Amino acid sequence: MQPEQVDRLREAADAGVSFDGLDVERGDDGYRFAVPGDERTGLDADGFRAAAADAAGYVTNWCFWNETAPSYDARRSFLRWLESADERAVPDRYESLTDGVVRHWGELELTATLGDDGHRTYDLRHETDGGRPVADLDAFEDPLEARELVTYDEKGRYRPLKTAPTLRTGWVFPGLSARELTETVGHVYPATVENWHREREGDLDVSHWRETAERQTGIYDIVDELDREAVERIAATCCVDSQCLKRREWEYDEGTEVDVDGGDGEFPCREPCSLVVAAARKWTTLEREETHTYEFELTPSEKEQVEEIIDTVADGRTDDVREADVYEGANRYRARYLREKLFGDEGNLAGVPTED
Amino acid sequence: MQALVIVAHGSHLNPDSSTPTYRHADTVRETGAFDEVVTGFWKEEPHFREVLRTVESDEVYVVPLFISEGYFTEEVIPRELRVDDDVGLDDPDPGWEPRRGAPEDVDKSVHYCGPVGTHDAMSDVIVQRAESVTGDTDVGDGFGLTVVGHGTERNENSAKAIEYHADRIRERGRFDEVKALFMDEDPEVDDVTDFFESDDVVVVPLFIADGYHTQEDIPEDMGLTDDYRKGWETPGEVDGHHIWYSGAVGTEDLMADVVLERAAEAGADVGDAIETVRELTGGVRPPADD
Repeated sequence: MQPEQVDRLREAADAGVSFDGLDVERGDDGYRFAVPGDERTGLDADGFRAAAADAAGYVTNWCFWNETAPSYDARRSFLRWLESADERAVPDRYESLTDGVVRHWGELELTATLGDDGHRTYDLRHETDGGRPVADLDAFEDPLEARELVTYDEKGRYRPLKTAPTLRTGWVFPGLSARELTETVGHVYPATVENWHREREGDLDVSHWRETAERQTGIYDIVDELDREAVERIAATCCVDSQCLKRREWEYDEGTEVDVDGGDGEFPCREPCSLVVAAARKWTTLEREETHTYEFELTPSEKEQVEEIIDTVADGRTDDVREADVYEGANRYRARYLREKLFGDEGNLAGVPTED
Repeated sequence: MQALVIVAHGSHLNPDSSTPTYRHADTVRETGAFDEVVTGFWKEEPHFREVLRTVESDEVYVVPLFISEGYFTEEVIPRELRVDDDVGLDDPDPGWEPRRGAPEDVDKSVHYCGPVGTHDAMSDVIVQRAESVTGDTDVGDGFGLTVVGHGTERNENSAKAIEYHADRIRERGRFDEVKALFMDEDPEVDDVTDFFESDDVVVVPLFIADGYHTQEDIPEDMGLTDDYRKGWETPGEVDGHHIWYSGAVGTEDLMADVVLERAAEAGADVGDAIETVRELTGGVRPPADD
């Protein structure tokens, strides 16, 4: 704790300070300085300094939140949530912060650590890299560098959905300030902190499916044709935890829930996103088609193989099937053999043409 | 506090679509003219719907990184920002007046600015793009220049913007010939060499980001390459002309200047940031009578 920090607190006593268990004010008979279990009154400047020295954590904690932490309420509550500031008293919190307090946000692992004079530094990395020494990871300082990191997945493919569980590993922002931490989180998972905060305040503005679909114009004008069952399928397809780390809070409409589980994510999804709307447009046109009866002959194993291929693609496991593992239906050789056997020259399944 | 919010289309498929948006935001951020500079997208995140809540400032200047007034700037963006009751106007005439709106979801004042593409300063960016691709800061003498646009397929204002800048650059007399060409209407960019007597022709597409149109269609349509995947020479030879193809004008660093101009005309206090950006990005000053 620096003497100037005590001086600034004493100056603030004129207006009164009441923060995280610290109460300071100036009365006619001198200063009052109180923390849980220790109240001192009638203090002069020296007495004030002595009281502050005995409760240094409370003083530096006030300085950090009053002078260093961001003022924007959403970012502030996020940082306070990180160190459980609303639940834990300062001495207890400081003890944990000295070793580092860890929280998870999507796939991120965030660690808050107490430095000198109440300063906090923050470490941000992929949760898979938790516990790895910084020297083993690619270290970054500038929050803006996170934009590039989150653009591609581990295999170098473009990530069109920021909250998909496909963040690359192997990097770290080891020494962020409070402001830089919230900025970096904002690049990794845009607007999640703000929506999470609104939800905590009971102020999350959810736009349900119907409302969102009816708002669309242009090429997306058609998506409100989709019925409730199709919307259930969309939620099960796109919005479950294996596909998106937001917790779906939108329903079919205000009075009609979507039965599919919304997920366990820390931060909410307040309306169908642009990917869902764009995909819904495709499904709208597909759902306009009538069914036809086709006749195919498949062996039981071939039928099961078709099912296995669909499952493997739908679960994103094609790369996990080993090249020579011909016991997997979605193995490339198995699929090529099936194509050789079942597709005619026109590429039609069992030689049966597709009817319009 | 005042914030600058740059809104752009973005893409679900092309990772480079947002790159110019980020870069221009970074340039403006460096000037310190705004307390906050953020980006929002139609196809990326944060979405238009949620971008306003990511800034703390009460006064928010929203600049659309779009080429012309039309469906996106008049309808989609105001609606998604929830300022359409105040801002959504079907105003087909170029000559943009900044508008003010109070969004329904956040307690902020939104200053809705004109799109970058129709601002006069965009003519300078086109010229600068010609300088960049030729590597000649005095390029003009002996050169033709064409500004290429999409055409009227979806929005006739886009063609107006192309012609507007072509006219302005022609009037300056710097290039021997200046022509507006289009992808899907006459005069077509496919026949680019028919329209020029000059041996050297600079081709600048008036697009915000490089993508399918600027990196595949236009080079192939002009005959610069028979397969975009093989790339092309700069300059490339087509029918005895040297074609200097620049790629999307929106990737030119000086675009940050147009963003600032749009915010400033809506009342943002940008101090000397416009001059700073012109220095940072090597911006050309328009002639005194321009």
